[in-house]
Amino acid sequence: MLEARELACMKGPRWLLRDVAFCVDPGEVLWIEGRNGSGKTTLLRMLCGLTPPDEGVIRWDGQPIRDAGETYRRELLYLGHANALKDDLTIEENLRFAMQLAGRATLSDEFDAVLAQCGLADRRELPVRVLSQGQRRRVALSRLWFADAPKLWILDEPFAALDAESVQRLSDRLGRHLEAGGLAVLTTHQEVPLPAGRVRRLRLDA
Amino acid sequence: MTDALRSVFLRDVLQAWRRRADWLTTFFFFIIVVSLFPLGVGPEPSILRVIAPGILWVAALLASMLALPRVFASDYADGTLEQLTLAPQPLSLLVLSKILAHWLLTGLPLVVMGPVLGLQFGMPPDMLPVLFYSLLLGTPCLSLIGAIGAGLTLGVRGSGVVALLVLPLYIPVLIFGAGAVEAVGVGTAPGGHLSLLGAVLMISLVVSPLASAAAVRVALE
Repeated sequence: MLEARELACMKGPRWLLRDVAFCVDPGEVLWIEGRNGSGKTTLLRMLCGLTPPDEGVIRWDGQPIRDAGETYRRELLYLGHANALKDDLTIEENLRFAMQLAGRATLSDEFDAVLAQCGLADRRELPVRVLSQGQRRRVALSRLWFADAPKLWILDEPFAALDAESVQRLSDRLGRHLEAGGLAVLTTHQEVPLPAGRVRRLRLDA
Repeated sequence: MTDALRSVFLRDVLQAWRRRADWLTTFFFFIIVVSLFPLGVGPEPSILRVIAPGILWVAALLASMLALPRVFASDYADGTLEQLTLAPQPLSLLVLSKILAHWLLTGLPLVVMGPVLGLQFGMPPDMLPVLFYSLLLGTPCLSLIGAIGAGLTLGVRGSGVVALLVLPLYIPVLIFGAGAVEAVGVGTAPGGHLSLLGAVLMISLVVSPLASAAAVRVALE
């Protein structure tokens, strides 16, 4: 369970976020809404532990994430605005590196399966440099398809730049993740088909 | 954990291999700077022999400084640094892997090339091994200390800042490194200087990964 209490963040002289509180249970997704500049990305970075909140506390399974450290990071998968892909490496090399960093050894038949599911099978040897924005996003997102993915997904605008088919595929994957007892926090401006009955909404500029 | 450390190292090396031109810049910069001195101060062998250790060391220092922004800059820009920070492994060890890769690509070529250039300056044969060892001990210090500066200047505009920050910290390495080679020239044992250089290496090996990791975390906030 991910829980936030009285979160606040200052940007310069003014409060960007104040008194943000929510709770996400296993099997639920938290959809953070708000106009540009309302602090969505900042909130996600606070949830990851990248930015310490100026006030308040974030707990994972009852323990503040500051103290949970490695245990928390093992259960966390964060995908920010930037795709964290190296232009000069191929799709396969990039993904292999991401998985090794997450402490997961991947087999090459698992690679084939994941790349096929994400529609990238015929491009695995291509350097990321030659891919379009949408394809890069798909490569970054394909980390979600590997077996034993972490329990908590924090996704910043995961649907941006994706085509309709990929949006559907991602929301299906998200649905399966929630059914398996996973949690997700995401931001998006689009109306996307999120799994019904499992969505909590948080409006930041309300 | 060693898997992750190895993969950070191998990825940096592989990426550098795909972008060879970037890394060769450092290497050729070193050679060119060293070659400029005979043109500037004149070809008198006795003068060149005396100033050679200093020139080689200052050039190595400038060359490795030139490469510093590359330690973290591209990872910072494309989001890889966030992923490293959020990986289960301690960030300081992952940063150490990156520094080692950086040294292999920028420092080691200087260690190999140093004695060759020394020969060009007419350095006596008994000075060359000492030059080699002093560079072997000293260039990792430059990469380690430099990484702290590279981390601290992430996101700062103006690329010259890292030089101002790091060059003063390089002074001990320069003194002990060039000192070891000069010691041979005046007929004393270089052991003392080399031991001090080794001590600097040990200290920076412990301090730098922790300090660089802290600097990276601050930059990502």
